[in-house]
Amino acid sequence: MTSKNSCIEPENEGNLTDATRRDFLKQSTLLTAIALTPAPLVKAAENGWDEKIADVYEKVPVNIEVNGVKHQLSVEPRATLLDLLREQLDLTGTKKGCDYGQCGACTVHVDGHRVNSCLTLGVMVNGKKITTIEGLAKGDQLHPMQESFLKHDGFQCGYCTPGQIMSAVACIREGHANSATEIREYMSGNICRCGAYPNIISAIQEVKEGGQEV
Amino acid sequence: MKIEITSMMPPPADGMSRVDGRLKVTGAAKYSAEYNIKGVTYGVMVGSTIAKGSIKAIDTKAAEHAPGVLTVITYLNSPKVPGYQTENTAAKGMLKIFYDDKIYFNGQPIALVVADTYERALYAASLVKADYNKEQHQTELKSNLNNGVLPYSSKDYVRGQEDAYKSAPVKIEQEYILPTEVHNPMELHAIIARWDADDKITVWDKTQGIKSTQKSIAQAFKLPPDNVQVTAPFVGGAFGAALRTWPHEIAAVLAAKVVKRPVKLVLSRADMFTSVGYRPYTWQKIGIGATADGKLVGITHDATGQTSAYEDFTEGVVNISQLMYASPNVNTRYKIVSLNVNTPTPMRGPGEATGAYALESALDELSYELNIDPIDLRMRNYAQTDPLSGKPYSSKFLNDAYKLGADKIGWSERSQKPGSVTKDGWLVGYGMGAGMFGAYRSSATVTARMMADGTLILQTGVTDIGPGTGTAMVSIASEMMGIPGAKIRVDLGDSSLPPSPTQGGSQITATVGSAVYDACTELKDKFKQLNNGADSADYVGLLKQHNLPQLEVTTLSKNGPEMGKYASYSWSVHFIQVFVNPATGVVKVNKAVSVADAGHIVSPKTAASQIKGGSVMGIGMALMEEVVIDHRYGRLVNNNLADYHMPVHADIPQVEALFVNKPDPNLNPMGAKGMGEIATIGVAAAVANAVYNATGKRIREMPITPDKLI
Repeated sequence: MTSKNSCIEPENEGNLTDATRRDFLKQSTLLTAIALTPAPLVKAAENGWDEKIADVYEKVPVNIEVNGVKHQLSVEPRATLLDLLREQLDLTGTKKGCDYGQCGACTVHVDGHRVNSCLTLGVMVNGKKITTIEGLAKGDQLHPMQESFLKHDGFQCGYCTPGQIMSAVACIREGHANSATEIREYMSGNICRCGAYPNIISAIQEVKEGGQEV
Repeated sequence: MKIEITSMMPPPADGMSRVDGRLKVTGAAKYSAEYNIKGVTYGVMVGSTIAKGSIKAIDTKAAEHAPGVLTVITYLNSPKVPGYQTENTAAKGMLKIFYDDKIYFNGQPIALVVADTYERALYAASLVKADYNKEQHQTELKSNLNNGVLPYSSKDYVRGQEDAYKSAPVKIEQEYILPTEVHNPMELHAIIARWDADDKITVWDKTQGIKSTQKSIAQAFKLPPDNVQVTAPFVGGAFGAALRTWPHEIAAVLAAKVVKRPVKLVLSRADMFTSVGYRPYTWQKIGIGATADGKLVGITHDATGQTSAYEDFTEGVVNISQLMYASPNVNTRYKIVSLNVNTPTPMRGPGEATGAYALESALDELSYELNIDPIDLRMRNYAQTDPLSGKPYSSKFLNDAYKLGADKIGWSERSQKPGSVTKDGWLVGYGMGAGMFGAYRSSATVTARMMADGTLILQTGVTDIGPGTGTAMVSIASEMMGIPGAKIRVDLGDSSLPPSPTQGGSQITATVGSAVYDACTELKDKFKQLNNGADSADYVGLLKQHNLPQLEVTTLSKNGPEMGKYASYSWSVHFIQVFVNPATGVVKVNKAVSVADAGHIVSPKTAASQIKGGSVMGIGMALMEEVVIDHRYGRLVNNNLADYHMPVHADIPQVEALFVNKPDPNLNPMGAKGMGEIATIGVAAAVANAVYNATGKRIREMPITPDKLI
């Protein structure tokens, strides 16, 4: 779990411009102020005016590359990368299993590192390259990890599978696939309720031992 | 009908890969929330914050005024569900959503917010505020055991003499507790509901039963069933949690009516703990007695499980004690207690898994008392005919399973003296537990269509929630028709396809598989007629010769009358080797071997995965899974996947799945029996028994967490 989300450094939060950052801070200060202010302002908050203002001003431009395709998007700051992928880009291969970074079904690669997309805001990936399960194969040719999951039956219902595969590829790239025990540790952020774990380990070991480029 | 087993070729050693595998590994498989429906809106549920009482006032103004919000539905403004009105409202039954102000459990849906984006709906849901008239709730089974009642239309079971174990020379009397467990499939329950006309609706819904969902929605909204289109070609696990149509599904259909747009409702993980059932907290007491040479004298099995305050839920917790062993005297008593919780629902291996935990633990305790090897004790009481009905078994090879599993785990290494084996500073122990579940077959209809290019299309409305139903169908058709699996396509999970039963109760391979078998037989006959009565597998040539674009049959397949002559069960035995750290109490499962007598295995690769997966769920049951309620508030404390522990990679060793693989000659043409349930039934006891063997400590309240061992 420790190494998994380390690729998004706080000082590099999707290259938010200074101006946007200032607006964001101002907004937060305003909200704090409302909490300490008398009736008319509280009324404004109750009527959801801050939300209405946000609706107009708080869409943030985000430029991302997903599976090699560049997107210029305008996103709500509170939209997660997961919901951005699923609801706006219709890339539903990335799965929602908990929304709290507790199950790993939403694992994608951001600049080559595995990330829980439910714990990543869309605005944090501005300027970054995202790879989802849909972008792993080369055309009709499956990625070796996908082939190996098929061969070893590393899934049943298939819902955690995209996350397991994205995580498995990263696990090898990180150099954390040197034994079954090590793989189990570094794959433990990806839960499979069908219990395909033994087969997933076999699948990862075969790819690792096969020495193919992942 | 004489069933001819010999027509089935032995399966390839490792079996066919999953036919929908490519879609699953590329992210192309679409689950219920993943259809891109034009104009879709998003629903988010708001749950009650008390466990019993009524809603005094509910303030939805702020939510309604929030940007993008289309409606906030509560009991005050909800359109009537026509099906609710005609039901006898005094009777207990499924929770009626947005029906009145009554609160029966904490987390009960009190509002549904619908907005144009998910983020807006989620935020607005946080603005809904309710005041309540609170009443004293009860959420704890342990302190309410005295309030247990006999479920409606159920009675105590007695064979021979009641409580005969008490007079036995050697006896055990112990209590066992299994706390509430939640199915928690990885896919959140989700539905997209779209009204296509005033009396016509399409739902993309997470369900195990296409037809049952169609019927439930049709009944609730007084629609002709054919006007309810249900689509669920992929289901991201369910384990019982999608066996029925839940209130949130009705809510989404209602909401789509209100906003006149499609509504997508995805439950949150927290919702999953209080909306779609669970394996209920169950208290059990087993009294078991034997002669000094290990012949059972009697078994008494008492069980009390929890249910909700609005609906009675019962399951076969005590059945296994009536069925498993050749004991002359058996009596069982099963009660339920109404609490301020949501209604349970069958979870993999339902009551039998709960019952097997107690029975197989008690048998283990007895084996130490008698100083007889646990397998030996079971063999001394091996039932040759069904103790319940007296009927012969349609097949039973559990003895073969014991031997296969014992050899594989290295049972001979086990010491009969607990706490006597250590390795690298860890205590080592072995345990076993057996399981059984009824082997059923119901009816299903399959269309088999041979296309001009030689592609065979199989169609039926069954869902494949993960066991590999589609793969089993293709395996059977491939052998029957003599064509490769790659030339066979299956269409599943759609109410417009021929009817199939709900995916559950370990009956689908036996039922739908038989329908595939029968449809292929009929199709082959049709080709034979085209070929002047001679067998031919040149389907393409025959179609061309007769200038036919395709040839198709639709076949209804069901049980023959001979079924009633036999008692049919699938059997399993699970072997576990654990390492227990004497200082920290940490239990590590080091080896797990599960053996199934599930008849002829039609799809070996997916079958092995199913058995392994069942073992993993059983390990979770034994070592980590437990819903924790703060009884002061009647509220769940650990309703998320960080605090409700399910097995992860690091918890699970290489699990071995073995099969006796001898056909059942009486149940269906393939000789197959079910295996979804037996994969889990008996596992928890095997783990607990291994922990005892390792440590000498008998933990009778699951899960076996380290604090209980130090």
